[in-house]
Amino acid sequence: MNIEDIKKPENIVYKRPALLTDNIMHYCPGCSHGTVHKLVAEVIEEMGIQDRTIGISPVGCSVFAYNYLDIDWQEAAHGRAPALATATKRLCPEKYVFTYQGDGDLASIGTAEIIHACSRGENIVVIFINNGIYGMTGGQMAPTTLIGMKTATTPYGRDPKLNGFPIVLSDMIAHLDGTAYITRQSVHTAAAARKAKASIRKAFEYSEKKIGLSFVEIVSTCNSGWKMSPVEANKWMVENMFPKYPIGDIKDVLK
Amino acid sequence: MAEKILMKGNEAIAISAIRNGVDGYFGYPITPQSEVMETLMKEKPWETTGMVVLQAESETSSINMVYGGASCGKKVMTSSSSPGVSLMCEGLSYIAGAELPCVIVDVMRGGPGLGTIQPSQSDYNQIVKGSGHGDFHNIVIAPASAQDMYDFVDWGFELAFKYRNPVVILSDGIIGQMMEKVELHPAKPRMTDEERLKAAPWATTGKPASRERNVITSLSLDADIQEAFNRKLKNKYDIIRENEVKYSEYLTDDAEYLFVAFGCSSRICEAVVDELRAQGIKAGLLRPITLFPFPSEEIGRLAGQVRSIMSIELNLGQMVDDVRLASGGACPVGFYGRQGGNIYTPEEIVEQFKQFNNMK
Amino acid sequence: MAFKGVIEVDTQHCKGCSVCIGNCPTGSIQLSKMVNNKGYHYAEMVGDACIGCSACAVVCPDSVITVYRIKI
Repeated sequence: MNIEDIKKPENIVYKRPALLTDNIMHYCPGCSHGTVHKLVAEVIEEMGIQDRTIGISPVGCSVFAYNYLDIDWQEAAHGRAPALATATKRLCPEKYVFTYQGDGDLASIGTAEIIHACSRGENIVVIFINNGIYGMTGGQMAPTTLIGMKTATTPYGRDPKLNGFPIVLSDMIAHLDGTAYITRQSVHTAAAARKAKASIRKAFEYSEKKIGLSFVEIVSTCNSGWKMSPVEANKWMVENMFPKYPIGDIKDVLK
Repeated sequence: MAEKILMKGNEAIAISAIRNGVDGYFGYPITPQSEVMETLMKEKPWETTGMVVLQAESETSSINMVYGGASCGKKVMTSSSSPGVSLMCEGLSYIAGAELPCVIVDVMRGGPGLGTIQPSQSDYNQIVKGSGHGDFHNIVIAPASAQDMYDFVDWGFELAFKYRNPVVILSDGIIGQMMEKVELHPAKPRMTDEERLKAAPWATTGKPASRERNVITSLSLDADIQEAFNRKLKNKYDIIRENEVKYSEYLTDDAEYLFVAFGCSSRICEAVVDELRAQGIKAGLLRPITLFPFPSEEIGRLAGQVRSIMSIELNLGQMVDDVRLASGGACPVGFYGRQGGNIYTPEEIVEQFKQFNNMK
Repeated sequence: MAFKGVIEVDTQHCKGCSVCIGNCPTGSIQLSKMVNNKGYHYAEMVGDACIGCSACAVVCPDSVITVYRIKI
């Protein structure tokens, strides 16, 4: 039996989701954004809701998310995505509405917007890509940068006396009654990515039940900002990011 | 011999802030000016001059940190680019309304909205006309080189404290990113507490028995009081207009045609003037260095001398309105611009000049 | 039940990040010595141990892998 016998269309068990456009992703090689985009695309495809989903993209590396998933998108100002999503969902309650935000967008300038979307219990999904750094603007410190981490604005390592402590956002918003489901996942291995996809799927399903905000944090890498190879970055993430941002469900009101 | 170092305009802002005794910088990353804060963080001035440097959570927060620092009589500043400066507009109105000194650097980029990261001059109206609600003006100074970026920090604070007014250094992505030799003038230390009491007796420093309490506010709730305050601001702006106008001229003495351009556009227009002169056309250039106060008088005078004026700006035509007003109708005023982050070439401008003046 | 698989990489769009290689349970992926139009050494299947588990394709940030599998 040779390869050509196996490579037949009826034998395909996995391929690029149809909801990903043909545009080449501008993300650096190995960037978690690409993997998460794929999982979101698969969830929307499998739920058959392409024509009922509106995504809100942030300011940051994933500002161009609207070029990669074939759904309708709104581009928000920095940090404001939950505000756009609030209005969109309240005005169009039959739609699935999700935001896709990085750590600068969500945890820095956007803290007011996310706190209030959570406390109002908006029936939206928030996907939070946490890699502890500002990618798009050149690798500056983020609110989730770890103590000791070197970035463009903490060239000697983050010092809490000067720059404060990292924010553990998922834990913070768990205290808000308007949140229904909060989980922290990753996409660095196939097993982790499959769990992340299941979490994203659950978040979309919960938003239909109108029980509050669903929040999926994906602990991610930025190999360019961290100045490592993608494989090294995944390893560093497991060793350094996971202890501060542990993987698992933080809140699930239906359990 | 003063030290001369090759550096970016953005870096020059940071080095100048440290060497000119700035007390605090509060900022947020945004392209094309993130190097200002990155340079400050690398230099660690808190270990040498005691300068405070902080990355805030947003531009809104940054400008309010500046408000707080200025209220204490400190020399404080921030920097951003167009989308971030929009977030600072509320803060600038409060700062002007409370008559506080501070320096803001706007490294302009293409807009509106998130726009592009390439350079433009499209924040002119926003910054020069008064960058927030209410009747107020920023003092606005426009650098055209990395050396200017260095020099304008100290000059900016001088103006800010002299008039208790915000000063905006209106730069652009070219000036911010270009690398040129910058001469580092002798450093000066941060103000001592005694100097600060003299320079800012109105500041919140803790009320001693010897004076009334100092309150920094822009609230009055009484229309007569507010009107009196607005008039006080107007008097201040009139004095600024009388005393602080600054501009430079290139070959205007015998000019028959005038270009008016600021910032990076002024350097491009120098090449335009040279090219036209080589073709036997007596062109000249006026570069406003202060945009508020605007060199209206000098432009008015030149309008009586030349056959036409062209305003050359990287926007859809903003400063041209002020040029037209200043010309008093004495000659035709035209405009040429590129937008979105695109930059004109001298050849392009020469072509447009000839079309405007019906030349071949 | 055993599976035999083959992966097909869109070599022009692979960025050579190598995350797939570490995720492959059978050591069936390597970076090619050749480069694509962008200058990346792209991933390619090596040997015949592939079982079509799709771990590589799932984890690929650029979704450039198609996985074929048959039962043997």
